[in-house]
Amino acid sequence: MDLIKTSYYIRGLIIKMLASAGSGHTGGSLGLADVFTSLYFNTINHNPDNPGDPLRDRVILSAGHVAPVLYATLSAAGYFDVSELFTLRKFGSRLQGHPARDKRLPGIETSSGSLGQGLSIAVGMALAARLNNQNFRIYSIHGDGELQEGQIWEAAMSAAHYKLSAITAIVDCNGLQIDGPVDRVMNLSPLRDKWASFGWNVLECDGHNHNEIQACFKLASQNTEAPSVVLAHTKMGKGVYTIENDNRWHGKAPNPEEATEFLCQLNESLKIELSKNQEKS
Amino acid sequence: MIYRNKGSRSTRAGFGEGLLESGILSGEVVALGADITASTGVNLFATQYPGRFFSLGIAEQNGAGVAAGLALGGKIPVFTTYAVFSAMRTLDQIRVSVCYNNLHVVIGGAHAGISVGPDGATHQALEDIAVMRSLPGMSVFSPCDATQARILTRMAILDCSGPVYIRFGREAVPDFTGEELETVPGKAQILRPGNHLTLISTGHMVWEALGAAAILARSGINARVINIHTIKPIDRMAIIEAAQETGFLATIEEHQVEGGLGSAVAEIVVSEVPVRMEMIGIPGCFGESGQPAELLGKFGLTSTQLAVRIERAFRDRENQP
Repeated sequence: MDLIKTSYYIRGLIIKMLASAGSGHTGGSLGLADVFTSLYFNTINHNPDNPGDPLRDRVILSAGHVAPVLYATLSAAGYFDVSELFTLRKFGSRLQGHPARDKRLPGIETSSGSLGQGLSIAVGMALAARLNNQNFRIYSIHGDGELQEGQIWEAAMSAAHYKLSAITAIVDCNGLQIDGPVDRVMNLSPLRDKWASFGWNVLECDGHNHNEIQACFKLASQNTEAPSVVLAHTKMGKGVYTIENDNRWHGKAPNPEEATEFLCQLNESLKIELSKNQEKS
Repeated sequence: MIYRNKGSRSTRAGFGEGLLESGILSGEVVALGADITASTGVNLFATQYPGRFFSLGIAEQNGAGVAAGLALGGKIPVFTTYAVFSAMRTLDQIRVSVCYNNLHVVIGGAHAGISVGPDGATHQALEDIAVMRSLPGMSVFSPCDATQARILTRMAILDCSGPVYIRFGREAVPDFTGEELETVPGKAQILRPGNHLTLISTGHMVWEALGAAAILARSGINARVINIHTIKPIDRMAIIEAAQETGFLATIEEHQVEGGLGSAVAEIVVSEVPVRMEMIGIPGCFGESGQPAELLGKFGLTSTQLAVRIERAFRDRENQP
């Protein structure tokens, strides 16, 4: 229940910060809000008061363009004040259009924005952790379109080769990219089989169902033989029902009027989700 | 001081020794291989420290990213393959994962220059200096012989911070600097004093530059010879002084003229002490197969050819009003 509220709180922050910025990626950020909420509020070992703790779990946002969901989640978790979100994409801000490690925003593990690079960094981190006898987990988050990058599959090969079970890759499977449906721009299917044939432990979930998401993370952490990938099936724009599954909202920010409308829709969606959840329990 | 060849060895052999020495001195040093560990010299380290060597196969983009991850995990990674791959196939990975994160990753570029020979143009890195030196925060080293390669490799790994690219060649070349010549990153070495003109060179071409200076001396031209083993950050003062004191500079490199050592020198000269320069290197074309000596000859990079071209340019300048 609380996680649902938290994920909608994060969605609200995403809309507000993007409207303030005037540009940025709305659809994917909204779609990943539940995954990020489950990750930061129910899964990873982290301490916002000590972001440099050497034993913290690492979260690498490989799909750097959905930075708003990372920034909103980090501020909601207490890494920095929520008010800083309104500096997004503005001159002098620590909240760059894509994550930038050199701006020293607490909670940012690595710069990203050029797609396909995060999984390799996860592999390097996992090898270093093994040499250092450290047992933290590493989560790298990818878009489905991002998997068209060849480097992803080089990294996938190497993670399985070295049996890096500390890695959980998360793929935001919303089926859309800028030019249209992923299967039309460059087909990835059969995606499950691809990962499995590369030697990965493949898990799948409804990326808007916290119980399913967390069950996957748990199964991944119990596997000691292979890296795991969670194919999280999401809706781009989730929660703002007039833009859900509309790839025109991949790289667009709402104007002030749209933002007001979107926040109303988020409220309605939250109410529906909460009542659905109550019926189940 | 007259430099003598103490026995020809390759700079890649020096790199391999420097990597091994670094591994002995620090347990944090790790090496990454991309299938060609014997020909890059990495096998010395890999054999001695198999637990700190990671074979990543023919997948250079991943290799550069894994190096970044290892650096984020507190290690000092050394990622080495042929320079055409380590500096250029991986450019975006080095730019974003390594440089934008400002990580201490050492990138080894083997088989640099035209002297790679028979493998032909695909394997002759002639653009790596231009590409690497344009990246923010990147240091660029280009040792002139095996001894200097060993010393600079160790310094790149253990004494430097941030990303470092170190370039070395395939062929055995005269090993002439020796331990007694002090090598300090960022500090140019004046290998031969002179006041008529200055030859500024890097890598394997430094030996040829010394040879050219000896030939020029017979024509009464007293040439200073400077070894730029650190192309970035470059020793500005050594270049400014050479321009002020000799008034004519020739840059010599196994690299495209566009963007290489000559360009790096010219960037300083035009803003500080504008003097005439003769920029010698590969003139904007691809290499081809052939024996190293044949290829150096084709591009006018042997000491005799250098002396003729530089003397002509120098006299032309003297005859100008």
